Amino acid sequence: MENVFHSVRLDDEKCKGCTNCIKRCPTQAIRVRGKKAYIISDRCIDCGECIRVCPHNAKYAVSESFNELLKYSYRIALPAPSLYGQFNNLDNVDYVLNGLKKMGFDDVVEVSKGAEFISDATRKMIEAGVLKTPVISSACPAVLRLIRTRFPNLIGNILPLFTPLDFTAKLARERAMQETGLPSEKIGIFFITPCPAKRTEIKTPLCFEDQNIDGAIAIKDIYPVLVQTMDKLQPEELEPLNDSGIIGVGWASSGGEAAGLLKERYLAADGIENITKVLEELEDEKLNDLDFIELNCCTGGCVGGVLTVENPYVAKARIQRLRKFMPVSCNSLPKDFDLDELSWTKELLPSPAMKLADNVLKAMRLMTELKAIEASLPGLDCGICGAPSCHALADDIVRGYAERSDCVFSALRKASDGDEWLPAPFRERAAVHPFPEKGDGYAHDFAHTFLKHTDPKDENKEKGEPT
Amino acid sequence: MDSIKLHYDISATDFTRAGAASGDVKRTLKALGVSPATIRNVAVAMYEGEINMVIHGGGGVIDVEITEDAIRMVLADQGPGIENVELAMKEGYSTAPDNIRALGFGAGMGLPNIKKYTDEFQLDTALGVGTTLTLKVFMK
Repeated sequence: MENVFHSVRLDDEKCKGCTNCIKRCPTQAIRVRGKKAYIISDRCIDCGECIRVCPHNAKYAVSESFNELLKYSYRIALPAPSLYGQFNNLDNVDYVLNGLKKMGFDDVVEVSKGAEFISDATRKMIEAGVLKTPVISSACPAVLRLIRTRFPNLIGNILPLFTPLDFTAKLARERAMQETGLPSEKIGIFFITPCPAKRTEIKTPLCFEDQNIDGAIAIKDIYPVLVQTMDKLQPEELEPLNDSGIIGVGWASSGGEAAGLLKERYLAADGIENITKVLEELEDEKLNDLDFIELNCCTGGCVGGVLTVENPYVAKARIQRLRKFMPVSCNSLPKDFDLDELSWTKELLPSPAMKLADNVLKAMRLMTELKAIEASLPGLDCGICGAPSCHALADDIVRGYAERSDCVFSALRKASDGDEWLPAPFRERAAVHPFPEKGDGYAHDFAHTFLKHTDPKDENKEKGEPT
Repeated sequence: MDSIKLHYDISATDFTRAGAASGDVKRTLKALGVSPATIRNVAVAMYEGEINMVIHGGGGVIDVEITEDAIRMVLADQGPGIENVELAMKEGYSTAPDNIRALGFGAGMGLPNIKKYTDEFQLDTALGVGTTLTLKVFMK
């Protein structure tokens, strides 16, 4: 098993051991064990879905505290473009950037600035025809992890370049070293992050040997202090810090990165279930007529990150408004720029987390056993065993992480005949507390009537038209 | 050596479920640690075959057998059969009706693609009886 660093963690005290998170995890990385959720480390992709779905706030994301800043003598904030969508009535990004400086950062460099360089580089590489198409964006770290865990076939399609954050950090460090003369270790670079996956990528980069960023501060943590500081700013105090335009800031929400390529043959999908479907189709070579595929794990894109404050759609609308006052783009690469400077320094490897065994023969034996166990389970996917589905329990059993007796139905079945052993809702006979019959005003009856009158097929039938 | 056998019933004209069988085979092969290239070939060939059964074949059954060295797929329908096999194997030729084409299918790449992505390809068809595709992809 890989020893993997994670930003998504569990608060044991708050966890009730319910089954909400195990059902929602896109890599089936969570089980209930000992009355608590347990995250299988090498399967977790830090997407934060479990944080979103937990009704008890037991899942949380670790990020750097402000004390971490004290370790450095020169501190730089790299705000994600999604930060700009968090404030009401904001019409000038400089309020946010100056607010960060007033809070104590010595410099602020927008990640949207780096994004414009990456948009430019991607455009050039697609035009040069050196990439395997459709090219998949590498900006969302949870997407990278989802692909290496569930879609290793598609690793070769991923854009093998710095992300906007990586490039912005490089620019910021170079500038700071030049301007201050300080050694690199005295300079602290902090990303103001909308999501836990970005922090995981900072701490344990998948495609780079080293990283240029010293930590990540959650938008939701900095927000209260930042708003107060921004409120006190006078217009005449504002230093012109904004150095990015529509293209860079557009990366905050789904479709922004793709639109910045100024091409038509692209697809942008967001939300974990939607992107999984797109990846399935891509794997079956059904999307070969596209140049570019932008995927964001969070609904709405980065504005939907679990560490943001505002609803993703509201944030997106605000950024749209802000962009109205901006130039198209403020940054592009010099003509003679060597794109190799932006390349990954490490190969992205597939994760073995979903494989049953190291060799196919052994895996086949386990698979045969797994299928037999699965067939003997009730197929209700109830989650009471602590696994998200009967298939997942069978998988755990053959790997040695669970037992057949963990299935409450298997245990009950031995105890009685007929279907008496089943809980009431799963028995053949009539329910003890039946729902109202048709005509009692029950919603089902209402829906039935409604559908009957609006189904176009039915209308056609009445008119005698072929369907 | 024992093998893994998978069986799927494909229902006619249900496009919402089309691809479910090939998706399941893909998941199984991934769990087995089969190479990405092999999985791609199986997935593409089987998906095309599955779609053909939905569009033309009136549904049918798919049997998949996974052994240590190959994946064998038998896709059988009791549809109308293929009138002109030579034409059907030509890229771009399609007998799909307009309403199917409107869904983005029927580009005439089905059978040629299946052949391209498989190591062994056998097509048995009889008018009014049905069509059976027997395919094999070797483990790479």
